[in-house]
Amino acid sequence: MKSLRFALPLAGFLLIALVLYIGVKNSPDRQNLRSVLIGRPAPEWTLPDLMNPGAMLTNASFKGKPYILNVWATWCAACRYEHQTLMDLSRNQEVPIIGLNWKDEDNLAHEWLERLGNPYAAIAVDKKGRVPIDYGVTAAPESFLVDANGIVQYRLAGPMTHSIWKREFAPRIAGKSVVAE
Amino acid sequence: MVPELGHFALILALLLAALQTFFGIAGPALGKDRWVAAVAPAVAGQFVMICVALACLVTAFVTLDFSVLYVAQNANSALPLMYRVAAVWGAHEGSLLLWIFLLSSWTIAVAIGSRRLPPRYAARVLGVLGFITFAFLLFSLATSNPFMRLMPAAADGRDLNPLLQDPALAIHPPMLYTGYVGFAVAFAFACAAMLEGKMDQVWARWTRPWTTVAWGFLSIGIALGSWWAYYELGWGGYWFWDPVENASFMPWLAGTALIHSLAVTDKRGLFKSWTLLLAILAFSLSLLGTFLVRSGVTVSVHSFAADPGRGMFLLVFLLIIIGGALSLYAWRAPMLKSPAGFDVLSRESFLLFNNILLVIATAIVFGGTLAPFIAEAIGSETLSVGTPYFNIMFPLPIIPLLALVPIGIHAGWKKGRLSEQKGRLLVTLGISAVLALAFVFGVYGRGQVLTPVAYTLAIWIAISSLIDPFDRIRRGLSLSRSIIGMTLAHIALAMLVMGVASVESYTQERDIAAGPGDTITLGNYAFRFDKVESVEGPNYEGVRGYFTVTHEGRKILDLHPEKRLYWVQRQTLTEAGIGSHWGSNIFLALGDDVGGGKWSVRLQIRPLVNYVWISAFLMALGGGIAASDKRYRNAKERAAEGVSGTAPGAVASVSAAPARGSAG
Repeated sequence: MKSLRFALPLAGFLLIALVLYIGVKNSPDRQNLRSVLIGRPAPEWTLPDLMNPGAMLTNASFKGKPYILNVWATWCAACRYEHQTLMDLSRNQEVPIIGLNWKDEDNLAHEWLERLGNPYAAIAVDKKGRVPIDYGVTAAPESFLVDANGIVQYRLAGPMTHSIWKREFAPRIAGKSVVAE
Repeated sequence: MVPELGHFALILALLLAALQTFFGIAGPALGKDRWVAAVAPAVAGQFVMICVALACLVTAFVTLDFSVLYVAQNANSALPLMYRVAAVWGAHEGSLLLWIFLLSSWTIAVAIGSRRLPPRYAARVLGVLGFITFAFLLFSLATSNPFMRLMPAAADGRDLNPLLQDPALAIHPPMLYTGYVGFAVAFAFACAAMLEGKMDQVWARWTRPWTTVAWGFLSIGIALGSWWAYYELGWGGYWFWDPVENASFMPWLAGTALIHSLAVTDKRGLFKSWTLLLAILAFSLSLLGTFLVRSGVTVSVHSFAADPGRGMFLLVFLLIIIGGALSLYAWRAPMLKSPAGFDVLSRESFLLFNNILLVIATAIVFGGTLAPFIAEAIGSETLSVGTPYFNIMFPLPIIPLLALVPIGIHAGWKKGRLSEQKGRLLVTLGISAVLALAFVFGVYGRGQVLTPVAYTLAIWIAISSLIDPFDRIRRGLSLSRSIIGMTLAHIALAMLVMGVASVESYTQERDIAAGPGDTITLGNYAFRFDKVESVEGPNYEGVRGYFTVTHEGRKILDLHPEKRLYWVQRQTLTEAGIGSHWGSNIFLALGDDVGGGKWSVRLQIRPLVNYVWISAFLMALGGGIAASDKRYRNAKERAAEGVSGTAPGAVASVSAAPARGSAG
């Protein structure tokens, strides 16, 4: 029985491994950074419309239907990485994706959309970069799910992928549309 | 083309590591000497392939190949060449490749250094190292391939995180990882001994130099990280008990215990099973550190490196590697016997207390770091223990530990001869206490309760460390490198205690809004704010403040703190102005423009904080000197003659060699 004490480290380790397992399983996604905005109204903005020179675009006009606000720029490598996912989503999903072109050049943005396709229902241009500050954006790309009542439901920091869409966005959109009906 | 070559080299390295593992473990177990002979070539091939892969990634960064996703995410055409190379380990994928490269370098060093070890034993060591290499190569290829292409290529990259664009941080990860990974060698020696079923004093002598060198690198790595946090993060502290800092500190504490326990096993053949357990523990904590940093389960200043998708993969590795080693331990350790007892007041006994206290300290850091998970696992509210927990708990084992250092140094091996030393101990303690009180009340004029205690202990450790070497010189005896190294490391410990005690007791700080023309006073120092100018660097723009510092009316230095905005990542960083005067570190950071021509300014004066970092370098130097002692080389030769014919799986044997008490 005395030799049993040499198995104690193993037992202790297995216990710690179990704790770590629970930790990993429940760990908040790094991309699911808590945003103070969740559950609050999306900050209002009115910005120039990239597609209609001279016209203005405001997020107040999107109320009544959930939408995705996607912060992007042509200088951002990860935005290019997520672009194909956004294209797929715009083809398959009902939810409009509103682009927020952040501190970018208009001609570069147009060139990008011509070459890679345009997944956005509308694109606002923020040259000064004030709106992303209101939204607490740390780095492009970021995506916010805003529900029909204009409330922020989810924030994704980093590129959108299909698995993140299925896991985080789709259920929230489905849930909200039921409530809205 | 180059990235594909690197990717291919990684796959070849994976296969070679698999062969290394198979031949290294199965060869000795089945007694096939031709398999044993195949291990070293597999190590060489695996090392070459990993070098090729790393060279490919460095090439991709230097040539700014933005068709590689990892390069596009971590470099930019405006990034200076030096940081393009450092950007290789600026994020997860490349850090992992660096980790693997360093493990491979240690493995090839062991393969070369162990040519005089019994071949079957050496094969087992390399087999265990091969398995760890295999596991991490698989992890890299399956979840974190640094050579992933980005199609179409980006026109320019996102740039390296500006926080990491710093010379200290460019070399911090390689140093830290060299230490982390170096404990894999002690771990592999322990596993090989357990597989062999045989462990004696010679084993400890083989393991000691490797462990000491790894520990030295880890000390430097931790100090560089702490120094970087001090001036780059602009918080003005040297240690924050951040989960990632703790992740590097735990293996260091366990490694410190291991070094002392190995000394006992080497000299006296005692503590065998305990030493084995510590060897497993030190590397397990290194792996756990990697897991904490890489899995995203903790949130910290370092969380730019995290990704939860990889956590499960790493957890499985932890289970196989650590669980496997501890199972082996549960099976083999009961067969080990220790030859002789020792007196309560002998050096063995003090080193045992040293080990117990260090393990308690490790457990305190471990508990604090993992408290959030434990709370979550048992379903309670999210719990996070902060600095107050560590500041109260950590000194509890450390203060008695420090008091044991001078006593242990004077105690003899085996026999408790402390009564002979009693007079000397009391005299040195008395001298230390007088000096400490003179320092506290003479120089600084006030102090906290623990300040005189810490100063007394520090001075006592320093004086006691020097007595034995001076005694030897006086008696005309030679000083071995072991003794020089040990003495240096213990004096460094005294410096560390001095530094920490001074900073914690006598730091002066002031946050104030000030504009050009203002003079701010703090203590005996006056800071004149001369002007603000704009500056532009290769990939940032910013402002620089000009300050003149005077001490009692005499000008002592100019400080130029900067506030930088890095263009590509749009991140603002403070670059503090730092100078020193009479051992005090003067820290000045420029904050925000608060309007009206005023800036927020943070001033701090921290006495002896430099000792904290210098001591880590001296500890590493001491470790390096001790590891280069002749006795380790001789030990290998003796071992090759004496032990080589042992049959595998033999029952645990006990060395009959008499205890050598040369340093006692």
